[in-house]
Amino acid sequence: MHEAPHVAGSGPTQRYAEIGVAIATLLFGLIVVYGSVLVGFGWSSDGPQAGFFPFYVGVIIIGCSIINLVQGLRENPEKLFSEWGQLGQVLKVLIPTTIYVALVPPLGIYVPSVILITVFMKWLGKYSWPLTLAVAFGVPAFFYAALERWFMIPLPKGPVEALLGL
Amino acid sequence: MFENFVNLYHGFGIAADPFNILLMVVGILLGVIIGVLPGLGGANGVAILLPLTFSMSPTSAIILLTCIYWGALFGGAITSVLFNIPGEPWSVATTFDGHPMARNGQAGEALTAAFTSSFVGAFVAIIMITLIAPLVAQFALQFGPAEKFAVYFLAFASFVGMSKEPPAKTVVSMMIGFALAAVGLDMVTGQLRLTFGSEELLNGFDFLIAVIGLFGIGEILLTMEEGLEFRGKAAKIDPKIVWKTWKTLPKYWATSLRSCVIGCWMGITPAGATPASFMAYGVAKRVSKNGKNFGNGEIEGVIAPETAAHAAGTSAMLPMLALGVPGSPTAAVLLGGLLIWGLQPGPMLFVEQSEFVWGLIASMYLGNIVGLILVLTTVPLFASILRIPFSIIAPVILVICAIGAYTVNNNTFDVIMMLVFGVLGYVLKKTNYPLAPLVLAIVLGDSAEEAFRQSLLSSGGSLGIFFSNGLVSSIMAIGLIAGIWPVISFLIAKVRGGTAQTA
Repeated sequence: MHEAPHVAGSGPTQRYAEIGVAIATLLFGLIVVYGSVLVGFGWSSDGPQAGFFPFYVGVIIIGCSIINLVQGLRENPEKLFSEWGQLGQVLKVLIPTTIYVALVPPLGIYVPSVILITVFMKWLGKYSWPLTLAVAFGVPAFFYAALERWFMIPLPKGPVEALLGL
Repeated sequence: MFENFVNLYHGFGIAADPFNILLMVVGILLGVIIGVLPGLGGANGVAILLPLTFSMSPTSAIILLTCIYWGALFGGAITSVLFNIPGEPWSVATTFDGHPMARNGQAGEALTAAFTSSFVGAFVAIIMITLIAPLVAQFALQFGPAEKFAVYFLAFASFVGMSKEPPAKTVVSMMIGFALAAVGLDMVTGQLRLTFGSEELLNGFDFLIAVIGLFGIGEILLTMEEGLEFRGKAAKIDPKIVWKTWKTLPKYWATSLRSCVIGCWMGITPAGATPASFMAYGVAKRVSKNGKNFGNGEIEGVIAPETAAHAAGTSAMLPMLALGVPGSPTAAVLLGGLLIWGLQPGPMLFVEQSEFVWGLIASMYLGNIVGLILVLTTVPLFASILRIPFSIIAPVILVICAIGAYTVNNNTFDVIMMLVFGVLGYVLKKTNYPLAPLVLAIVLGDSAEEAFRQSLLSSGGSLGIFFSNGLVSSIMAIGLIAGIWPVISFLIAKVRGGTAQTA
């Protein structure tokens, strides 16, 4: 395993992350148990009810989440989950991707893909406009040709494609 | 037993069909690309390409998919050695000695060793499958719902006991998978569960979306922490290096054999290629006379994990075909594919669809050979893909993932879910929650639950049915032992340890 050769900066600690995840899974377990209770988790006349299996699954999740929570509390408070800088890098990808995914239902896949590639190449990669646009239009065009025409798999399209008659 | 070879011969006839050979080549190439690009992975790549195969015959489709899987296995080794970026989770152990070898100018040797070991591991595993698959299938015919559940239990318990993550986290991961699998329409009672009135959740969570999100998007997010670039050592494979390395490899036959055994065992008891590679590395380090030099560029440190990982990856096919229990996340995706095509894995597959099964097994042999030739000749080409700057390749990967996620159910909601799974994958990986049990549970959740309920129905609610006969009891017992193995080995160490200190 390799350590990155930089001086440890600051950032959220591993301890908080572990505690956070344990609490999150605990909540998830509670939701599962609640959902199981809603449909009935016991034994009816013809066997286990729909909620039987998920109920116990939820219970186990809650139990183990508590174990993980305790372990998390014991975690070394010095260890970092990530440095802020690293998280910033992650967000540089995550935020554009989130916007991309949010744009897919209204606009289809092709148009947001063009935008996403453009954003990455221009903003993050600082490439020239000709190259950026070439790839940004080229890649979705390639997929359009390969998927829509060759493999006959329709992808979601939006108003722009309707305008263009695709 | 003899009829196995007759069947295999027929299988070669099917596999050697020119279209299928073309598919093998395409599959391996695609697979290597997928394995080389961090952000796409074996399971992920197979998941994305699965819908593309709907128009092919099942035999051709699964040949393509297994070759992609193989290619990805090879691809993971390329980036591990050249760039110290494990393209696949099971290539992590390969970076320990593979990258130092590259830094010492021995990249060619490292890659040759890695590919050849992979070939050997997979080949041994395929031979093992050929010989014992039908046996396992026949044996599986004696399985009723209780036995079936016992096998699932064994699979999941092995994860808990054998993985290096804390058991409580493995269990949570697994249980989350089961819970997600339970969302949607309950097959037995026809009721909607855990949907909380949401229309989108009617269909539940498809495992393909989970895989693409967890392994694909999650991996990209993880890679981002290291910055926007991959720098790597250039590599050429010079034919003379290949020969020279091949001459030195037979020295390490013992390591190779040991790793094959470890790999085959861990592939069948669904622990998977990743634990197999770590275990093989650890064992080799302890047993070898060069053990102390591991981590600085020992060729044995590359042979051991690669052999084991490929043996495991290949033998994971066996429980998938014969018992319907996948041995690894990628096998789980392939299992999903089989189900979609209407093929029911399990003992009946060998009886009813023997043409398919033997065609598949024959294609494994051919695919493996084709694969080795291909990778040895095209390494420089693939290494150059990594030189494409990240800001170009990352969005392309994201687009491919989104397309993959959408084409599963023609549902844009799945693309959103993919992202959610992606963030989940990132967070879980960073906090040491294993992802493989989660995926396995999503795939198997419904089947495991069904087996459980059927067993309880016939026993009137008594859990004793799981110990009611020799077969099911022994499987459950092995499962229990596997599950609490850490406790057992701790106790054994205590008893043996006494005053001895571990090195």
